[in-house]
Amino acid sequence: MWEQIRSNHIRSAILVTVMGVLLLLIGYLLGLYFFDNGIGGIIIALVVWAVMNLVAFFRGDSILLTLSRARKISRDDHPRLYNVVEEMRISSGLEKMPDIYIIDDPALNAFATGRDPNRAAVAITSGLLQKLNRDELQGVIGHEIAHIKNRDVLLMAISAVLLGTIVILAWYATRIMFFGGMAGNRRSSSSGGGSGQIIILVVGIVLMVLAPIMAQFIYFAISRKREYLADASSALYTRYPEGLASALEKLAASTSQLKSANKATAPMYILNPFRKKGMSASNLTGTHPPISERIRILRSMVGGASFADYDQAYRQVHKTGRQLLPASAMTTGAIGLHAAGSEATEQEPDEAQRAREISDLLWHRSGYKTISCDCGARLKLPPKFKASSIRCPHCGRVNQA
Amino acid sequence: MAIYVIVGVVVVLLIAFVATYNRLIRLRNQVKNAWAQIDVQLKRRYDLIPNLVQTVKGYVKHERETLEAVTKARNLAQQAASSGAGERAKVEGELSAALSRLLVVVERYPDLKANQNFLALQEELTSTENKISFSRQFYNDSVLRFNNQTQMFPSNVVASVTGFKASEFFEVPVAEERKAPKVSFT
Repeated sequence: MWEQIRSNHIRSAILVTVMGVLLLLIGYLLGLYFFDNGIGGIIIALVVWAVMNLVAFFRGDSILLTLSRARKISRDDHPRLYNVVEEMRISSGLEKMPDIYIIDDPALNAFATGRDPNRAAVAITSGLLQKLNRDELQGVIGHEIAHIKNRDVLLMAISAVLLGTIVILAWYATRIMFFGGMAGNRRSSSSGGGSGQIIILVVGIVLMVLAPIMAQFIYFAISRKREYLADASSALYTRYPEGLASALEKLAASTSQLKSANKATAPMYILNPFRKKGMSASNLTGTHPPISERIRILRSMVGGASFADYDQAYRQVHKTGRQLLPASAMTTGAIGLHAAGSEATEQEPDEAQRAREISDLLWHRSGYKTISCDCGARLKLPPKFKASSIRCPHCGRVNQA
Repeated sequence: MAIYVIVGVVVVLLIAFVATYNRLIRLRNQVKNAWAQIDVQLKRRYDLIPNLVQTVKGYVKHERETLEAVTKARNLAQQAASSGAGERAKVEGELSAALSRLLVVVERYPDLKANQNFLALQEELTSTENKISFSRQFYNDSVLRFNNQTQMFPSNVVASVTGFKASEFFEVPVAEERKAPKVSFT
């Protein structure tokens, strides 16, 4: 399975290289058009790209976490979540425990970030944490840990930066070409350009329009493949594909959109935060494969939890002979499935209790102290509260703060 | 000319030898590391059990045998802590079985299930059980990869020359696992 990851990296590297060539081509044509010097254009393109890379590399994960208004939690804040993350860390063989963040949002979603496996974070919305039982949570966290373990996070960051650079360059170039077209024409005619100049102009304009779209398709292609691999890895880590399948079912049923997501961060989430209801997303522009399909593949894994089993399920669902994962991945031998954990066979989680658990946590993170009164009421004291005792508003008992 | 060919072949063989040797080292370190992970979780379980027994004792009056079985299995397992993977897997399997019997029994005591302290312990214990089985899973995967390398040609040549030996799997005996009652909450 380690060979699998490597071979998947080679394919992704090819796609990223294509995007890189696209960037260089744009730079070259830009240079040729604006100052008759293709190399100068390439240099400008590379400088823009390098600056964006530096920003993404050093500040990328904190920017992402800040944008999504995530809060870091410790073990004591939410033992169950912490434990589940640690279980998946152990199962995946990840060496360092990732940081855990909670996004206070009723929408159901989760994402992973961090530029390498030793500096990673997983974030989950409070809504999702409330809805999932332990097995489902394990499936979702397994999926996120897989993104970290397979270094998808880094790959997606690299391709997102490339895409961003291409879009920015093409955007400015087309604006300048259209609005400054007169000046450009005059200059090129005076420098004695002939039909060659016109061809460059036409090719340039076509490329400027097409490049961002092409880059976007490549980006989506990379992203979709990574989602399948993360699902397969999650099934392998948990040995229980039904957990992730039933979590995805709950995600699919919810309609609320994540407030803090934006287009650039969309591929990081476990499911596309912008999907519209009832849309079948099996098209070129989806960052994620359609949920119903992901569920069906996971549910078809009856023989075992290995990548080979996932691949077989994929082919069964798609009625295709083409393999999703390379053959080198399938050499680990048979891997059995686990029986359901304690909670799945049991009732659904008690939502009221879960909701209280999470709201207590968020209060706690904002510096509030909680004391429980003998009458059963829970009093929340703001950080500014200095008095040594407080009277319970329900029963009138005086409690020590 | 022939001398160059011979030197070239020797250099290539040497590089292949070193690369294989390093890969074996890496895999063996991963096995060791994975073993350490199991060890951490097993120790954690030894620490949790006295607390659990203490908490449960006050609530369950008629289950002395079950409690004693857990304590006994824990002590046996702790004594076997320095033995090899095969022996250890056996005693730890027995401890797991005793624990899950206790957790089934506990279901009959609603007072206990409302105890905050017990709930926290139960979460820790459930998670530790999971971590044990996940670290076992990762350990066995690592052992499989390491053993494959020590047994398959051509890396087995390097392994036997430099003295790498196959590692032992951490297998919970199937019979033990079958004996363990399935935890079901009603």
